[in-house]
Amino acid sequence: MDTTGTFLLPPSASTMAGETDALFYFLYYLSIFFFILITGGVVVFAIKFRRKKGDISTTKGPSHNTVLETAWIVVPLILVMIIFVWGFKGFMKQSVVPKDAMEIKVTAQKWFWSFSYPDGTSTANELVVPAGKPIKLLMSSQDVIHSFFVPSFRLKRDVLPNRYTVTWFEALRPGDNILFCAEYCGTKHSEMLGKIKVVSDREFKEWLDTNANAGADMNPADYGAKLYTSRGCVTCHSVDGSTGNGPSFLGVFGHEVALKGGTTIVADENYIRESILNPQSKVVAGFQPIMPTYQGLLKDRDVDALVAYIKSLGEK
Amino acid sequence: MELTNSYPAYNYLNEPKGLKSWLLTVDHKRIGVLYLICISIFFLLGGIFALLIRTELLHPGADMMTADTYNQMFTLHGAIMIFLFIIPSIPAALGNFILPLMIGAKDVAFPRLNLASWYVFVGGALFALYSILTSAVDTGWTFYTPYSTDSTTSVISMTFGVFILGFSSIFTGLNFIVTVHKLRVPGLTWFKLPLMVWALYATAIIQVLATPVLAITLLLLILEKAFGIGIFDPKMGGDPVLYQHFFWFYSHPAVYIMILPGMGIISELISVFSRRKIFGYTTIAFSSLAIALVSFLVWGHHMFTSGQSELSTMIFSFLTFFVAIPSAVKVFNWTTTLYKGSIILTTPMLYAFSFLILFTIGGLTGIFLGALTVDVHLHDTYFVVAHFHYVMVGGTVMAFLGGLHFWWPKMFGVMYNKLWSKIAVILIFIGFNMTFMSQFIMGSQGMPRRYFTYMDQFQPLHGFSSVGAYIMGLGLFITMFYLLASFKSRRPAGANPWGALTLDWQTTSPPHPHNFESTPKITHGPYDFDQIAIEDLPEDPENGVYVKEEKEKIKA
Repeated sequence: MDTTGTFLLPPSASTMAGETDALFYFLYYLSIFFFILITGGVVVFAIKFRRKKGDISTTKGPSHNTVLETAWIVVPLILVMIIFVWGFKGFMKQSVVPKDAMEIKVTAQKWFWSFSYPDGTSTANELVVPAGKPIKLLMSSQDVIHSFFVPSFRLKRDVLPNRYTVTWFEALRPGDNILFCAEYCGTKHSEMLGKIKVVSDREFKEWLDTNANAGADMNPADYGAKLYTSRGCVTCHSVDGSTGNGPSFLGVFGHEVALKGGTTIVADENYIRESILNPQSKVVAGFQPIMPTYQGLLKDRDVDALVAYIKSLGEK
Repeated sequence: MELTNSYPAYNYLNEPKGLKSWLLTVDHKRIGVLYLICISIFFLLGGIFALLIRTELLHPGADMMTADTYNQMFTLHGAIMIFLFIIPSIPAALGNFILPLMIGAKDVAFPRLNLASWYVFVGGALFALYSILTSAVDTGWTFYTPYSTDSTTSVISMTFGVFILGFSSIFTGLNFIVTVHKLRVPGLTWFKLPLMVWALYATAIIQVLATPVLAITLLLLILEKAFGIGIFDPKMGGDPVLYQHFFWFYSHPAVYIMILPGMGIISELISVFSRRKIFGYTTIAFSSLAIALVSFLVWGHHMFTSGQSELSTMIFSFLTFFVAIPSAVKVFNWTTTLYKGSIILTTPMLYAFSFLILFTIGGLTGIFLGALTVDVHLHDTYFVVAHFHYVMVGGTVMAFLGGLHFWWPKMFGVMYNKLWSKIAVILIFIGFNMTFMSQFIMGSQGMPRRYFTYMDQFQPLHGFSSVGAYIMGLGLFITMFYLLASFKSRRPAGANPWGALTLDWQTTSPPHPHNFESTPKITHGPYDFDQIAIEDLPEDPENGVYVKEEKEKIKA
């Protein structure tokens, strides 16, 4: 089993990877063979048949050869048909989701990933899954097209705004795997990274249990600070007063905020709650209405904690 | 035929005179030169963007620009290189100049339409440049929806520019089809045509049939953005994947608009410089038509991971492999042509060799991307970036440079510096491979494309790639300088410095304003090097007749 990766390929960590890699290496060696054949031909002929000084005689090489020309149509044709069937069979396996797979909802938005589990647990930018269990991903986007790409799983599927796309994988063993966004989506496309944390079955159950009670043993503002990073607020909102894609959280609470359209509002608990769940309704002047809604992605307790956190930053 | 080898006093470049005579010319040679000037400027501009991108990518994080600027840079690099350089490079610049000469005609079939196509090109280019100066597009050259619908950059003026450019391409294609059908000199039957003509003809068919689809697609995009008519944007009830289907229905055949004429040039170069009848003329000619046909049926291979149905994905993968065959056939035929030849390593021939090697790599890596499971892993990574640069630069640009060096003496009647041109081709070859070979490895390791910043583990390969880009850039700058210097040195090239057999060499360099002083006669095929020995073939073609005549003068 390949756990470190090779010169050409990253580690293979899913049940799918082995088959993809086998075809990859078949193509690799086939390419090297044809490359040597062509380049070798060019180099050898260029040396052997180099024009001699003053030679103006005619050349006598063949102008065509039906057998040879048929051969180099038929042989490549057979080879590419083998490659087609090979790739197609693996693709069909990727397309048919096993019946017993655990379904996780994946939501992509500029520029982070969020995951919701069947029991209501949700996470951002970190997908925790058990090893050796098939996982079905039901994916959709809140804005533009993104693409769910895990190199070590040899898995990629676009995430669309107007429909669900489905894919699945089964991780081979515990460990961390990087998740990329592979479809260009704007400013922070290259920072739209996530982690697929594969754990043992037992650890996964424990993790689900703790997650269900997350924040219970912390004070709300501390828990909010944790959510601020883990749920991706940090992508656009700073806490040091600098301007990002959204306004900074520093010193906002309890102060008057100028809105788009010229009105103002005092940033109280209700305004912050509304801005999290229905962000387009009252946009701060000078910013684009690009924030996606967190409706359904955050529990009430999470919203309370975030309000408490912003409150703690706003008190002078 | 007796032709003067000295620089002819009366030629298309100096007769008639004046700027107005150039701007209102209907001479295909002058229009070719006008195109050549324009595309050279855009090649330089697109190249500067490429060097800026590679410089930013030397290290992870922001080195010299913000993420938004970077996104604009790679969009402009792609859009300029594709729509303003590669697509018009061989057909509109070199093809315009050479096609009528090759078939012994006085001009193209519709000279005024030809001039109109240049003005339309300039108009479209101005729109594109306007969009750069206002707020440059950041959507990628593919303008994928709904990103492009939402983008606040000047998507409308850029896409409208590309929309206009399409008409220029259609005009040229239409002109070429009619020209090849109607204006061949008596005796020049279809199977006596140079393979360059076959390639331009196949290209013209794609230009005429595919470009309107791009025009429609971009127009729909503009309607959506400007008037909120929902077609592609799901917020307005549209479908973003539909846009991808429309876009690639043009843009995949467009790949062959870019590569087919290059293949035509390579057929000429390989035959002339191995002084050898081309191997498998008929297969090469028909493979061009086969590529033109199959190219319309494979667009879905850009969308294997897009969420199109599994059935379409399967069918498109199957059909994609068929397009590999005619390309492979050509490569085998060219290589076999070298066998038992009498090979002269001139600069154009070195470009032809570069093409053979690099296009082979580009073609073979294309097979990786046609295979479904492997494409799922490699799609939208640097592997794809490297693959299409091997085809577009290693293929088309190498062929363009080879063709430019081959016909430069014919176009301008002067020969460039032999030593510098060979230094340049070697630098370009080495630099190119450094730049993009490293990107294959990054891609298969999982580095996604269009990334402003990246994980530290990719830094060594990114750094290596950037250094390669500088070397290649140096080679291209040297090329620019020695080509321009050739005007100053005024070393006459002679009518037929390479000893080629096609009709374009049976006139003075530069040619007469009406191409030929009398209608040329067809006495042999384009590649009959097995029957005809060129008596006055110079010892060293790149020194032209100049050396010989000078030597004789000195002796006398």
